[in-house]
Amino acid sequence: MMFEVKVYVSLKEAVLDPQGSAVKGSLHHLGFEGVEDVRIGKVMSLRIESNKEEIEDKVKSMCDKLLANPVIEDYRFEIEEVVSQ
Amino acid sequence: MQLLHEPSPQMIKEQRIYAEMGLSDAEFQMVEDILGRLPNYTETGLFSVMWSEHCSYKNSKVLLKKFPTTGEKVLQGPGEGAGIIDIGDEQAVVFKIESHNHPSAVEPYQGAATGVGGIIRDVFSMGARPVALLNSLRFGELANSRVKYLFEEVVAGIAGYGNCIGIPTVGGEVQFDSCYEGNPLVNAMCVGLIDHKDIQKGQAKGVGNAVIYVGASTGRDGIHGATFASEELSEENESKRPAVQVGDPFMEKLLLEACLEAIKNDALVGIQDMGAAGLTSSSAEMASKAGSGIEMDLDKVPQREKGMTPYEMMLSESQERMLLVVQAGREQEMIDLFEHWGLEAKVVGRVTDDKKLRLVHKGEVVADVPVDSLAEDAPVYHKPSAEPAYYSQFQQQEAYSPDVANINETLKKLLAQPTIASKEWVYDQYDYMVRTNTVVSPGSDAAVLRIRGTEKALAMTTDCNSRYLYLDPKVGGQLAIAEAARNLVCSGAKPLGVTDCLNYGNPEKPEIFWQLEKSTDGLSEACEILETPVIGGNVSLYNETNGVAVYPTPVIGMVGLVENVDHITRQQFQQAGDNIYVVGQAGDDFGGSELQKLLEGTISGKAPAIDLNVEKKRQEEVLAAIQAGTVSSAHDLAEGGFLVALAESTFGTTFGASVQLQGENVVKECFAESPSRYILTVSQEQKEQFEKLVPEAICIGKVTEESTIDVKGATGEVVVKEAVQTLEDTWRGAISCLLK
Amino acid sequence: MKFAVIVFPGSNCDLDMYHAVKDELGTEVEYVWHHDTSLEGYDGILLPGGFSYGDYLRTGAIARFSPIMDEVIKAAKEGKPVLGVCNGFQILLEAGLLPGAMRRNQNLKFICRPVELIVENNNTLFTNGYEQKEEITIPVAHGEGNYYCDDETLEKLKKNNQIVFSYKDEVNGSVLDIAGIMNEQGNVLGMMPHPERAVDSLLGSDDGLRLFKSILSHWRERNAITS
Repeated sequence: MMFEVKVYVSLKEAVLDPQGSAVKGSLHHLGFEGVEDVRIGKVMSLRIESNKEEIEDKVKSMCDKLLANPVIEDYRFEIEEVVSQ
Repeated sequence: MQLLHEPSPQMIKEQRIYAEMGLSDAEFQMVEDILGRLPNYTETGLFSVMWSEHCSYKNSKVLLKKFPTTGEKVLQGPGEGAGIIDIGDEQAVVFKIESHNHPSAVEPYQGAATGVGGIIRDVFSMGARPVALLNSLRFGELANSRVKYLFEEVVAGIAGYGNCIGIPTVGGEVQFDSCYEGNPLVNAMCVGLIDHKDIQKGQAKGVGNAVIYVGASTGRDGIHGATFASEELSEENESKRPAVQVGDPFMEKLLLEACLEAIKNDALVGIQDMGAAGLTSSSAEMASKAGSGIEMDLDKVPQREKGMTPYEMMLSESQERMLLVVQAGREQEMIDLFEHWGLEAKVVGRVTDDKKLRLVHKGEVVADVPVDSLAEDAPVYHKPSAEPAYYSQFQQQEAYSPDVANINETLKKLLAQPTIASKEWVYDQYDYMVRTNTVVSPGSDAAVLRIRGTEKALAMTTDCNSRYLYLDPKVGGQLAIAEAARNLVCSGAKPLGVTDCLNYGNPEKPEIFWQLEKSTDGLSEACEILETPVIGGNVSLYNETNGVAVYPTPVIGMVGLVENVDHITRQQFQQAGDNIYVVGQAGDDFGGSELQKLLEGTISGKAPAIDLNVEKKRQEEVLAAIQAGTVSSAHDLAEGGFLVALAESTFGTTFGASVQLQGENVVKECFAESPSRYILTVSQEQKEQFEKLVPEAICIGKVTEESTIDVKGATGEVVVKEAVQTLEDTWRGAISCLLK
Repeated sequence: MKFAVIVFPGSNCDLDMYHAVKDELGTEVEYVWHHDTSLEGYDGILLPGGFSYGDYLRTGAIARFSPIMDEVIKAAKEGKPVLGVCNGFQILLEAGLLPGAMRRNQNLKFICRPVELIVENNNTLFTNGYEQKEEITIPVAHGEGNYYCDDETLEKLKKNNQIVFSYKDEVNGSVLDIAGIMNEQGNVLGMMPHPERAVDSLLGSDDGLRLFKSILSHWRERNAITS
């Protein structure tokens, strides 16, 4: 089966995000009131051939090993099966 | 299949589709005559890019011919990827400058980054190891947010690419004038080192030899970039803009190392960068130079996107690609070599003897055109030239006489002018030290890099005060060459040669062509007299936005040789008690000056007059004095005049200066921008010998322990008394302050 | 003593490291390609700066999985001196040989300039040639040198004297202005400033040379005792 996987990686809550702070400042500067917090992260799109039972563990392992750095980053992911036409 | 979407040859002619690609009616007729039939869509594309100004220099060729391009040390003049000059010991220096103005106006980060990437490939395609980068930048006034954005992003793009690939960005200049507001200039220069035996040429020799494609795969980015660069930017053509090319410095780093290794392998016959007009120009030019032909199978070209047509593949300007010609039978050696660096090398064609560029796609011949007609036979135009009305007005004006009430305050204001202010904000973002050869870092008259394993060093600079060129293109051209050479001399180097990047408006306007014509006259004359041949460069025309042209801006990149690292001289004062000398007198030269711009908000009048023979004599004397070890510091007088140069000489040191002006006219002494002048400092012990070597030099004061600038007038009155710290803070903080 | 300079695709300070050791320290040194699988015969391991794999995912994240890294980890465990500079430091963090992680510089810009460092611990094999609290000038050149670790880790670093260098003035936003740290055993040092760029006064400073000399003299002493 083919899966379309989206992995979202962002800095942990406790870690200062300099990019996010800069964007927040900019938004305030442009007059967008009420923006309390901005965090900048990464989205990775993967296409993975796998069976249904293993896909989740596979993606989790990829995240732990390479796609995110557990010291400063959190991740979450969405898995969607690609339905062939 | 996708070919079905392309217009037929008949339609191309009848609906004048060629005009959209940039060919004129007459040019299309020429193509038809050359082929003896109507060109198809792909072929029309090939001609349109190869005959664009960017590739063919059709509008500037007649003028470029005037440049002196030879000399006993010139090993390679214009025509190859980059020029080469001998520096002794079987070594040579390779350098070239190129523009990336249009892409940077649209997407400043990627535009600037890919500009850097392109010029690096030009240098390593000659077989040279790139050792330094410089950048010459022009923006509008730092007053509105768009200009600030362009400035910040261009700098970030240069940093992003240069830092990652690991070639130090050691110098350049940034200037600000409203004429560049919609059309910034981004000129990148690369300097490389090579052993004579490794010099490569981009030639496709040897029938049956393999044509190998290496590097990134081809996408639809940048299609028609060369044609785009040959048109004015306007709101109408916004939709015609090609997809932005994205630079991949990591890929280029691998490509660089792999190609330098390939060059040591005798299986390599020729190599060329796929720059403007990508696969088309590299293949056509390599075949044309070798008197051969090339046949390529486009199905073998690595493709990043699906369903690409021959037209798209041939015109793509995807970055980080090279075309190699390799001896038949030894293809695998090369493929393995690139594999080691994690790069794919693919045989895409063969060298033929029929002088044709023949392209095959899905088993069918989709283009078959003579290579010379693409690379050599582009039409050459001598456009009409007309002296602009403003010029005669300026010439008739009386010399501008500035009204300055407070010298002290005026000095501070000048130091805060972004064109004069410290560019630390810029070069702090550039890794100018990687490869550990940078002896004199950015912020000096010229950057200096030692040549490891020798006593020698290279000095390099870019220069061009376009305000002078606007007032008087001929004199301004002379001044640009003279200043570049003077900067090198100040660092202890003998100027070797020039690479130029000619940035102008639309040459179809007679007034613009006149600027081009007159300034190339001035440049040529100065190069001749100062013995600095032009060994290559680039022309960027159509630098206009909605009909407004930039000032004529021929950026001069110049490289000089320091014979011994002991001769390396800096602009900063070296010790208290040294004597301060000035070489050259101040004249009534305020036309186009920083002071005029500050006081009037605009420039007018005559450009400063220069006597090139005086310039040459002084350069020779000053260099001789430096080489004799008599000079502690050297700085040329440029924008802002004497006081600015004096102040700059104290910045970054703990010293001050105490001097007395010579002439009666204080404003002139302090701020005139007369050329061919220097501030030199000389220790007490060297005084006597120095004065013999530079008899014109006049001692005007001393470097002081106390960190104060203390300037007295001819009759002893106080002209300036200010703490260096106050001036330095103003100068250092001006640009970051404007960006806030 | 023989050093290895590990070369990853995208390393660009490998040459500087090589010349610092060979020309200025006058010791044996060789390049070792990231695909190699042995560090047999090398007494010191140097991970140079640059942009390994373009730093495209995170700095050092992909290089950490190069075949040679297993050997680097092994050498570290054996107690051989391992020095990671700039990107080399980032790789050591990703590989877990040193604690913490790097964020983008506080000002979001690449910073290249000579900076003043304070030697926080001169009782290490890398810094025995410096005075405690000595101020030295060594250049930085990085976009992501903003060191981060959680409070618990920071306490541990302080307690074990693992903070080796700090910036005299704030440079990039690092916690406690940390410029360089070592592991608990004291044989793995990671630092953002480039000592290999400060080995020749012609180029501005030779304060970095003593770091390499410290490694060499420590090795000599140890070998004199064991042999």
